[in-house]
Amino acid sequence: MKVVLHIWRQSRPSTSQDFGQDGKMVRYELDDVSADMSFLEMLDILNERLTAKGEEPVAFDHDCREGICGTCSLMINGRPHGPERGTTACQLHMRSFQDGSEIWIEPWRAKSFPVLRDLVVDRGAFDRVVQAGAFISVNTGAAVDANAMPVPKADADKAFDAATCIGCGACVAACKNASAMLFAGAKVSHFLHLPQGQAERDRRVLNLVETMDKEGFGNCTNQYECEAACPKEIPVRVIADMNREYNRARIKS
Amino acid sequence: MTLQLDSKIPSGPIQDKWESRKFDSKLVNPANKRKYKVLVVGSGLAGASAASSLAELGYQVECFCHNDSPRRAHSIAAQGGINAAKNYRNDGDSVWRLFYDTVKGGDFRAREANVYRLAQVSVDIIDQAVAQGVPFAREYGGLLDNRSFGGAQVSRTFYARGQTGQQLLLGAYSALSRQIGLGAVKMYSRTEMLDLVVVDGHAKGIIVRDLVTGELREYAGDAVVLATGGYGNVFYLSTNAMNCNVTAGWRVHKRGAGFANPCYTQIHPTCIPVSGDHQSKLTLMSESLRNDGRIWVPKQQGDKREPGQIPEDERDYYLERKYPSFGNLAPRDIASRAAKEACDSGRGVGETGLGVYLDFKDSINRLGKDAIAARYGNLFHMYSKITAEDPYSRPMRIYPAVHYTMGGVWVDYNLQSTIPGLFVLGEANFSDHGANRLGASALMQGLADGYFVIPNTIAGYLAEQKPGAVGADHPQFGKIRGEIDDLTKRLLSIQGKRTVDDFHRDLGKIMWDKCGMARNDAGLREALKEIPALREEFWKDVRVLGSADSLNQSLEKAGRVADFLEFGELMCRDALERRESCGGHFREEWQSDDGEAVRDDDDFCHAAVWEHKGPGEEPERNVEPLEFDNVKLAVRSYK
Ligand SMILES: Cc1cc2nc3c(=O)[nH]c(=O)nc-3n(C[C@H](O)[C@H](O)[C@H](O)COP(=O)(O)OP(=O)(O)OC[C@H]3O[C@@H](n4cnc5c(N)ncnc54)[C@H](O)[C@@H]3O)c2cc1C
Ligand code: FES
Repeated sequence: MKVVLHIWRQSRPSTSQDFGQDGKMVRYELDDVSADMSFLEMLDILNERLTAKGEEPVAFDHDCREGICGTCSLMINGRPHGPERGTTACQLHMRSFQDGSEIWIEPWRAKSFPVLRDLVVDRGAFDRVVQAGAFISVNTGAAVDANAMPVPKADADKAFDAATCIGCGACVAACKNASAMLFAGAKVSHFLHLPQGQAERDRRVLNLVETMDKEGFGNCTNQYECEAACPKEIPVRVIADMNREYNRARIKS
Repeated sequence: MTLQLDSKIPSGPIQDKWESRKFDSKLVNPANKRKYKVLVVGSGLAGASAASSLAELGYQVECFCHNDSPRRAHSIAAQGGINAAKNYRNDGDSVWRLFYDTVKGGDFRAREANVYRLAQVSVDIIDQAVAQGVPFAREYGGLLDNRSFGGAQVSRTFYARGQTGQQLLLGAYSALSRQIGLGAVKMYSRTEMLDLVVVDGHAKGIIVRDLVTGELREYAGDAVVLATGGYGNVFYLSTNAMNCNVTAGWRVHKRGAGFANPCYTQIHPTCIPVSGDHQSKLTLMSESLRNDGRIWVPKQQGDKREPGQIPEDERDYYLERKYPSFGNLAPRDIASRAAKEACDSGRGVGETGLGVYLDFKDSINRLGKDAIAARYGNLFHMYSKITAEDPYSRPMRIYPAVHYTMGGVWVDYNLQSTIPGLFVLGEANFSDHGANRLGASALMQGLADGYFVIPNTIAGYLAEQKPGAVGADHPQFGKIRGEIDDLTKRLLSIQGKRTVDDFHRDLGKIMWDKCGMARNDAGLREALKEIPALREEFWKDVRVLGSADSLNQSLEKAGRVADFLEFGELMCRDALERRESCGGHFREEWQSDDGEAVRDDDDFCHAAVWEHKGPGEEPERNVEPLEFDNVKLAVRSYK
């Protein structure tokens, strides 16, 4: 099959908040694309051809190519990770597109995720949110026997569902406010449903919220675009968990 | 022999060795710890657990990874589970049995003392992970659940659906993040280590490239800990993440660290088969699937009927037939070779004939679709995304693929390499799995090394060093930085005709054909001619565009492939010199009448440790003899 690609090209890290300033969309035509190729393999082929022509290949982030590391981060036709629900860009296959399709590929657009080059963004803000409190403070060696504290299966499953977040940033990219509530909510919800997470629950939620604000993520206005875009289908109930926890902690303090 | 290979195994009965090492080892007093700086390269399970645990003890830690966040290390992709000798099942498990299974699984080519320690600390890992909030699978009573993995007849594998690596890494990453937040660890993401700085024979620092700005930088420390993962991508196609590479391990080797058993690679039996030339990587279908899936091929050659049309009595459940006591849970090396044999005999399935079925029909009939979905939902989802087939209604097609590397930088019992002050953890070292790793044991080893071993053993080294003795202003740093700078300029100046990937693919094909699932003298000798020729062409004709002072992914790849092109040769050399079959290393000349591996314990009961002798010089093969005092050397049988 044949596709027409429009790809964001930018050679240096962004210098301003104005996205249009630092780069532009460039059109490429690609034929001999096989339906069994993954979307990223299609970009590999484009890059091989660009290199052969002496043009610099398109920079894009990827690593595991199986939907778990959260590295790939492409806005495809205006949707984070493209058209398939519950699927990362690296798990998307060209069979999801029709022969002759035009495909627009852009980086995540958010104030907190500056573009470094082409389709590569800096998501360090997520790491800093985690550093603010998305953990249980237990030093190595200080743990009790793993079965000393039974956890009802239903709770463990709830914690697990939140913990499957891969930290890709699709939720932020999908949100018109560039809010990180789904990401941070997943952290809060994960620990909330485990007995081990109780001791620090107030401090955790207050610190996460404060850090999200500081990093420039926007507020949540209940659009739910994040849930629709999340490749791991993290439910918005984690945001409700987080709001409840936040109010509780505020009242107590 | 010129390498000093003192394994530093403590004396005494095997059960007491680790306790006695911890007791004998010198300590660094709490107030002095903060004067020492440790550089940790890698933030996978091994690196993140080491960095956080060392920082908790009070050392200054700087941690480096090439990923954009420490949370994205390749460990995140591990699926099936982690072993521990908890014996929560009451099914006869014990530290001794896990030790025994691992030594036997490794085909008697691992160091007993290391493996015993691994089995001992395995129980603490599970406790630690649960305390961090790792959501392992649980039963309705609220206690932890287990599953079975290959090479074991007990259920000792802890798991978190099909995402165990993700959950364990997020646990280690949260511990690391806590220390970063506290200012005890400085984290450098998108930063690649390109060389080791050795001063007066001791590892004293590293040279890195900032992958965003391209800048080369020097970091000095009192010790360097490498936790940089495996080298499976030398084969181009593997189940490893795209950016996994051998650069750190190879470059420390060139600075004097012995490299052990590079030919020991694990080919995993259950991966999604290659679908075409465009293929960039292979996807694993976790071994845990063999708890409930049955492997078969048609009995008849060239049988092209749909799997559902092939009646029971025309199917060959070959693992159950050949290995009745372990059946579908035969160890990986054995299951992979059996799949190859089935396909080589013309009974492979799928368009290419390079595939066998992994069938869940019986389990779905017995347990129901929901139960199977709860156990393996994400794997089934992944499979259907890639193949556009529904594994609930049609058996999966699978084929072996490169998955893990048992070889690595040689380390002693303290995890120290032949360069004092350089410690190596996780998949990057050679220590615990011998010639074949059992499923669910890599996560265990990475975390054992990082949480429990290195925090104890590094003190013995540091206690004898003056903190901060060498700074980054030492002339050796500038010298090595200059060498890296030259190498980068050279790569960018060739401006040839072929892309980096093109060379990598060619190398991968040589390695897979001649140093893959089956190896022989003639093939390895050919590879030893072809690889240097390919390398020479690379340095004449590779095309790397862009500049050194920006984010340049082609340049990153070029450096890694250049190292693979040197490393691949050492692998083939090691495979050629090991004139026996053991575990994942199958030499066609050494097999029994029924095609099983035949070891030669008289001549090869040792680790081969290679020493770099300088560019253009033949490397030297040293040996560390292996002694088996606790497990009797025997022919490995799973029948
Ligand atoms: C698909 C898959 C499934 C698996 N499933 C299981 C399983 O179920 N159970 C099990 O026990 N094992 C499993 N394994 C094996 C296991 O995941 C790995 O062996 C293990 O996670 C390796 O951990 P590590 O910490 O040693 O290295 P990695 O996780 O590979 O981490 C390497 C780190 O080093 C960094 N790095 C590398 N080179 C450099 C450099 N030059 N400069 C700076 N940083 C560098 C990387 O950025 C990364 O942070 C699986 C492997 C694969 C491929
Ligand atoms: S590359 Fe890992 S999730 Fe896409």
